Amino acid sequence: MPYNPGDDVVLVQRGPSPGGAGGAYRAFGETLRGLKQTFQRLTEGTKTIQYPEEKVPVYPRFRGRHKLHRFEDTGLEKCVGCSLCAAACPVDCIRVVADENTPENRVSAGERYAAVYEINMSRCIFCGYCEIACPFDAITLGHDYELSDYNRSDLIFTKEMLMAEPLDRTPLRTAGE
Amino acid sequence: MNEVVLNMPLALVGYYEPWWVQILKAVIIFAVGLQLVPMVLIVERKLLGRFQHRVGPNRVGPFGMLQPIADILKLLTKEDFRPRTSVGFIFALAPIISMVTAIAAWAIIPFSNTQDIFGTEVGFYGVDPSVGVLYAFAFGAIAFYGLMLGGWASGSKYSFLGAMRAAAQLISYEVSQGLALVGVIMMAGTLSLTEVVEAQQAEGWYVFPQIVGFIIFVIAGFAETNRAPFDLPEADAELVGGYSTEYGGGRFASFFFAEYLNVLVISGLTVTMFLGGWDIPFWDEPGWIHPFVVLFKISLFVFFFIWVRATLPRLRYDQLMSFGWKILLPLATVNALVTAILVVVID
Repeated sequence: MPYNPGDDVVLVQRGPSPGGAGGAYRAFGETLRGLKQTFQRLTEGTKTIQYPEEKVPVYPRFRGRHKLHRFEDTGLEKCVGCSLCAAACPVDCIRVVADENTPENRVSAGERYAAVYEINMSRCIFCGYCEIACPFDAITLGHDYELSDYNRSDLIFTKEMLMAEPLDRTPLRTAGE
Repeated sequence: MNEVVLNMPLALVGYYEPWWVQILKAVIIFAVGLQLVPMVLIVERKLLGRFQHRVGPNRVGPFGMLQPIADILKLLTKEDFRPRTSVGFIFALAPIISMVTAIAAWAIIPFSNTQDIFGTEVGFYGVDPSVGVLYAFAFGAIAFYGLMLGGWASGSKYSFLGAMRAAAQLISYEVSQGLALVGVIMMAGTLSLTEVVEAQQAEGWYVFPQIVGFIIFVIAGFAETNRAPFDLPEADAELVGGYSTEYGGGRFASFFFAEYLNVLVISGLTVTMFLGGWDIPFWDEPGWIHPFVVLFKISLFVFFFIWVRATLPRLRYDQLMSFGWKILLPLATVNALVTAILVVVID
């Protein structure tokens, strides 16, 4: 008994077979249709963004270059050198060496501070786990994505570089955009 | 009548021009050709970009207008490398053949008939032989020797395949192309390109009565110039670069130059044979405007060439052959036959 798939079989709709004079005629018509299609694209203008001069705005939650923060009122660093970010980092690109705050040399608000804070940008995958792990919101990911350099060693960002305001190079998308 | 013509002084027949006019004309045609090709290059790249929502080259010079000069300079300053397996003499000769035939074919495109310039009758064409169309086809056929010899002499598989494709493509298209023009030649009753245009000024453009021949000629023109969708001898996706795979530097620039000049030649021939050459309908235009009219019409065809390149994918090889032999050739033959019958009946 032959296999009967029942009523729920949809026959495949096949196009007309090519070849012959009819096929050539159809091909000619389709060619004209294609020409019309491309001409419409020509009239639409360009969509190019001239990158170094123009930039695509990023979204507010874009994860770009990191930034270390200070308290705005006292000017003390928020980072207390707890190394939770380094522990959370999946590619192990953060290196923190903590040191004790002393009354003469008070750097952060906590008991300790980060004497060395380095992020190896050539390894960072910009996952933002460090930002989530940080109990003091000391590190956040900014909007700067133009990080390329000629030298690998130049991609290790030191604490001073991370503390500094990033060059304001990247436009931010507005709410309605 | 022939005897009368032969005994006439050459100046009266219209073939004779002072030697300095001929030299001047040759230089001007060469210079115009050399100027037009870089313009076609940049226009093509800009337009292809626009067709794909891109901008195209815009960094070199204002609006990227110096890009072709940069390209050509880059190519010319490169080493003329030759593969060890190549046949030296032919390898060097092939680009020259391509270049020479393209420029020679460009010489017969008429930009106007004879004009009076400061008391000297000057024909606005390189040469106007009485067998003008055959001249064009002769050089079109020789141009393929450039591709074939170049591909064969490279001593590379890709080049060889490209050369073979060029040969096969030539025989499938040259016939239909010639037959497509037979209708025009019969209606005009002459092979001379300037006389064809003059006949069109009298009878109206041949694109309307010869619409079938026009379409066949343009399609065959795409094959003749090795451009999309018939760019099988090059076929950069399958054959790397076809006949020009092993070429680089100035020799590649020659091939490149010849290809784009061939586009201009085919456009010019189409304009001359079907679109009335320098004729503007319903207006007795002054003589100095003729070259600009021809250039304008040629630029329309160059646009069309680029438009088609932006639209159509490359045909498969058997599709191309069957299209040439099974569709174009019968159509061209029927067109020639019907035209012949109608010309006789109407006369």
